[in-house]
Amino acid sequence: MLSENKKTLTNLMVPLLSVVLGLILGAVIMLGFGYDPIAGYQSMLKGALGSPFYIGETLRYASPLIIIGLGFSVANSAGFFNIGLSGQALMGWLISVWVAISLPDASAFVVLPLSVLAGILAGAVWAGIAGVLRAYFGTSEVIITIMLNYTALHLTNYLIRNVLTDSSDATSRIPEQASLRMDWLSQLAGGSRINAGVFIAIAVTILVWVFMTKTTMGYEIRAVGLNSFAAQYAGMNAKRNIILSMLISGGLAGLGGVLEGLGTFSNIFVQAGIPNIGFDGLAVALLGLSHPIGIVFSGLLFAMLKIGGASMPLGSGVPTEVVDIVIASIIFFVGANYLIRFFMKKFSRGKDVKGGVE
Amino acid sequence: MDIISLLQLVVSSALMYSAPLILTALGGTFSERSGIVNVGLEGIMVIGAFSSVVFNLSFAGQFGDWTPWIGMVVGGLFGLIFSIIHAVATVNLRADHIISGTVINLLAPALAIFLTRVMYEGRGQTDFIAENFGIADVPLLVDIPVIGDIFFDNTYLPAFFGIFVAVLSWFILFKTRFGLRLRAVGEHPQAADTLGISVYGIKYAGVLMSGLLGGMGGAIQAQLISSQFAATTIAGQGFMAMAAMIFGKWNPLGAMGAAIFFGLAQSLAVTGAYIPVINTVPSVFLDIAPYVITIVVLVGVIGKSEGPAANGVTYIKSK
Repeated sequence: MLSENKKTLTNLMVPLLSVVLGLILGAVIMLGFGYDPIAGYQSMLKGALGSPFYIGETLRYASPLIIIGLGFSVANSAGFFNIGLSGQALMGWLISVWVAISLPDASAFVVLPLSVLAGILAGAVWAGIAGVLRAYFGTSEVIITIMLNYTALHLTNYLIRNVLTDSSDATSRIPEQASLRMDWLSQLAGGSRINAGVFIAIAVTILVWVFMTKTTMGYEIRAVGLNSFAAQYAGMNAKRNIILSMLISGGLAGLGGVLEGLGTFSNIFVQAGIPNIGFDGLAVALLGLSHPIGIVFSGLLFAMLKIGGASMPLGSGVPTEVVDIVIASIIFFVGANYLIRFFMKKFSRGKDVKGGVE
Repeated sequence: MDIISLLQLVVSSALMYSAPLILTALGGTFSERSGIVNVGLEGIMVIGAFSSVVFNLSFAGQFGDWTPWIGMVVGGLFGLIFSIIHAVATVNLRADHIISGTVINLLAPALAIFLTRVMYEGRGQTDFIAENFGIADVPLLVDIPVIGDIFFDNTYLPAFFGIFVAVLSWFILFKTRFGLRLRAVGEHPQAADTLGISVYGIKYAGVLMSGLLGGMGGAIQAQLISSQFAATTIAGQGFMAMAAMIFGKWNPLGAMGAAIFFGLAQSLAVTGAYIPVINTVPSVFLDIAPYVITIVVLVGVIGKSEGPAANGVTYIKSK
């Protein structure tokens, strides 16, 4: 029991120490280039939480990150690395906006659920391709989803320019009824772009947690991830679980894209590259150790860094890219957790010897 | 436009787009042959592009026409240095290769744009470079009738450099002792270790070569195609190079062929308007062709593509 607690503690220390090390590295870089790290982080905090507007924007940014992070975690539990979250989110964003602007006169009760579901479905199908290929041909889901990212990017840009508009770079705004914006919420948050996505993120977090820990299907997905041969021997259908986990993962990524389309931007526009939100969602899941509660916290942290980082140039003259360096190095330390575990083991062994235990 | 000059246009623009892909795909081949998956090629290219543009802007006065070539070497060196992160993380710190590669891809653009802002008065992109690779004839070969006009006249030398490096890489990989060791480590590290080969050393060599070649690829992209450094200078070329490596079945010559083919698809999206039949095809099909073809190849419809056996598996020595 005691060693069990110790293991949980070590597991928790890895992300916490990674965040601390990442922030320290960011400070060192700021110092190295002649910026004031304290002023930098102060302006970041102010830009993330300094007023109802900034808090609203941070929560708005965190919502799709958390949902996409949960999406990554579901596939990850089944043993798959879904690096195609960006493409799946983009497909969800595109299709939800497409459905919404195709039904300008429908009532909110029709158009809103329809466009949200269409977006989820689009993401699920996009990830499902990789799932089916993995299940039946054994092809690496990593490479397939990377290729699908760029396929989605070019496809989306083409459809925006040639089908959704007449060679314009952005679609018209979605009808009011299809929007996730809530006037009272935006007013409460000083006119920020916060929207119903926040509540969707909370609901999805609970749903994913219940699904993964309390249902047979979730149990089977985890079992396949832990040992697919054992799972198959126990009578579980490995192929079905592979495809199912990728469908859920992509569906959630698609929902993250829906929040961008129907919540944040109210349209879709030509993208210069793969949207970062998928990779940020992946980073959120890695830092959150693929656990729903961890993902909520790390999603909020990354949203604070990103939204707060945007205020750094004006507040302290520090280029906003510092926060991206911090995020990348946090994930580096999480990924290379062998380093942290190694030093923690050394540290605790030293203490044990002093106490005369072992 | 007559047929010879049309072919000349198609060939030269295909070579222009394929030049950065060839070198980067070769880099990926070395890394993956040693068993280290490198999805960070995109990030390595960013570093190569950034450092070559900074060099080009700072030293164009001293080196004149040779600036882009020296810039390419500089880009390669910085790519090599940057790839040490991936080597340390995957070889020594036992990090997941995909996670480490993703870190490379997240870190590189952030670092490069940060440094651009520090060095160029807060702007997010650099000025345009003065010394571009530009258009040149391949000496001697250009005098061959017809073929010389199509393939070697008014063309892009970095692509021919890439083809040369591909042949050299094939020789290194399949005809030298180092190449045999590299492949042995990628296929069965335990066996290689038993025979006294330094598995970690070989893996480092593989990753650092991908850093060198990927950095050079990024430098070519910047100094041949975009002529500056900005956030959009490298937009997917690293992943396309990875696709070329897979399509080329982890063989340098195959990777080169695939890279030229992908370069052709990319260039046809631009020059296709002049070509009958092609100009009726929506450009999106050409844009997505490299990625869709790679998926089709992986699934095995056009001959199964199998990577090194121990690719992506962390080797722990004492196990």
